[in-house]
Amino acid sequence: MTPATRTALDVVLRLGITLALTAGFLVVLLVITGYDPGQSLRALVNGAFGSWYAITSATFVRAVPLALTGLAVALAFRAGLLNIGAEGQLLAGAAASTAAAAVLGSSLGAAALPIILLIGMLAGSAWAGIAALLRQRFGVLEVISTIMLNFVALYAVGWLVRGPLQEPSQIYPQSVALDKALQLPVLLAGSRLHVGSLIAVLLAAAAWWWLRNTASGFRLRAVGLNSSAAATSGRINVARVSVSAFLMSGALAGLAGSVEYTGVTYALYENLSPGYGYTAIAVALLARLNPLGVLGTAILFGALQAGGSAMQRDAGVPIALVNVVEAVIILLVIAGDRVRLSLARTAHTVTPESVPPST
Amino acid sequence: MNMLLDGFIAPLDDFLAASVRTATPLALAALGECVTERSGVINIGLEGSIICGALAATIAAGSVGVSVGFAAGLTAGLLVTVLFALFTVYLRADQIITGTAITLLSLGLTGLLYKSVYGSTGVGLTTPTTSAVEVPLLSSIPLVGRALFAQPLVTYALYLLVPAMAWWFFRTHGGLALRAVGESPDAAMAAGVQPRRVQALAVLFGGAMAGLAGATLVLAQSGTFVENMSAGKGFIAIAIVVLGRWTPFGVAGAALLFGAASALQYLFQSLGWNAVPYQLFLVLPYVLTLIVLARASGRTAAPAALARRELTLG
Repeated sequence: MTPATRTALDVVLRLGITLALTAGFLVVLLVITGYDPGQSLRALVNGAFGSWYAITSATFVRAVPLALTGLAVALAFRAGLLNIGAEGQLLAGAAASTAAAAVLGSSLGAAALPIILLIGMLAGSAWAGIAALLRQRFGVLEVISTIMLNFVALYAVGWLVRGPLQEPSQIYPQSVALDKALQLPVLLAGSRLHVGSLIAVLLAAAAWWWLRNTASGFRLRAVGLNSSAAATSGRINVARVSVSAFLMSGALAGLAGSVEYTGVTYALYENLSPGYGYTAIAVALLARLNPLGVLGTAILFGALQAGGSAMQRDAGVPIALVNVVEAVIILLVIAGDRVRLSLARTAHTVTPESVPPST
Repeated sequence: MNMLLDGFIAPLDDFLAASVRTATPLALAALGECVTERSGVINIGLEGSIICGALAATIAAGSVGVSVGFAAGLTAGLLVTVLFALFTVYLRADQIITGTAITLLSLGLTGLLYKSVYGSTGVGLTTPTTSAVEVPLLSSIPLVGRALFAQPLVTYALYLLVPAMAWWFFRTHGGLALRAVGESPDAAMAAGVQPRRVQALAVLFGGAMAGLAGATLVLAQSGTFVENMSAGKGFIAIAIVVLGRWTPFGVAGAALLFGAASALQYLFQSLGWNAVPYQLFLVLPYVLTLIVLARASGRTAAPAALARRELTLG
């Protein structure tokens, strides 16, 4: 067996164990809370994969923001930055895109769409930039600052949709519906799958290639693995790499918001995201912070979210169950890493790849 | 002139009372976290203990009684940190990631349990609450009287706890062992202290206090459970510990400042200042948290081994 096959086998094995344990936990949880596991799981699977429409318009559509925010989290974690703020950065992106669409109107036609997406990216970047600045300049733990900024973003959106960005009749707390010409085109006729899915796939491939094959990608990984070693090497400006990784991460999360606004909701409102930015942490960790892996885990969690909605509708199981499952997956990944590490230590063979890249 | 003054005194009186009331759960959680951090562990999962404490308190108070509600909240908060201690103290997993996961787990789990216990609408939910106990004489002191001495019993417990904790931290062997583990686990171990045991106990204490804070949110403030009602208070408590420079009196003072920031919206409402959007007041505690953490840069007062993953020995 070549080392590459052994690694691939190892990854598949660990993924399998994690998912099997999670499925077991899910069943136990359903039984404890008094729901019929058979009926609930059938609703879950049907809601996610039961039909072509369910796969494309429920699972894949939800996988798009999860892939983009998952990439955002994966890049940040690879650089050693615990960006828990993808949710706030997503909202910042969606809000900025809404404002941009309101200003541009239909004057530019479809040409305005790239501008609207770009403005969302910049807004996400700027929102992450606050946390980056606080970390770099004042040493503020980015976990806390990004979570605080999530709350600020949520209240800011709450104000915007009741104030400057509210629809003209001023009845509903949401923005005016997005002009047809400014909506992201649908990819498959008869489904809700939009061009945003292509953007996500292209960006994941680009991020994967960039991390692997470029000097700047290497610098990001070096800083994430051991920032003091990177600094000591004298060739890496750690502060600069960290800040740009944070800004990039914010841009991806901001884009997720813009894409969700222009491709799915067509309006800004407070509950635009059912916590995509938090689910993104599980997406990134289960993918072991690999950008291509993120695409796969985004589909998995997209299916879980789509199936969760169906489970709530058809079997009355609260959607919060999905959040529990996501958190359990994160904990299993962490525990798996630590157990593996201590096994490796008892065998006195600490190899570089037995050290988790994530933490 | 007198009329004008009266128009301000009553809202100010209410504002001060509301400040102490909202500061109480923050102080409880922050004092617990203060002990945890003194042992060198930062528990980002505090939020999880708060929300689980809140739900457990709601269920127990509704079915048995208020005092059982407080006990249930404390126990639930403690149980959540058993998981955290297992991961961070024994598996030595990353404290930050683990804490984040435990927060997400608790928010999801409480949402799920709340709906499966009370149905999806959550109606018919009447939770008994504690009422304020007025201390004779003291509560009639102008302005601060009602704020400080017409509060629920749990607030008075803080008046005893804060000095007791300060004495314990700096005047007892136990307190010294705790601080030693947080500053230098190796030196503490050489002196015969078991760092893991101290850290585990400190984490559990912090969880119990956060659970009590959650119970206070329901039983002494809102009177009902709402999904995600902890609303970042666990993270705000961590900022309060930093602002209070890891001392009990400092933490109590910092909690009061945050309580005041949260209560400001009531003051402006009662004064009839509606020109400013209310969301501005809602974000105030979060923005204040960011400012506090930025101002406290340098962190000379922080335990030296805070968030360090490995004990060099053992």
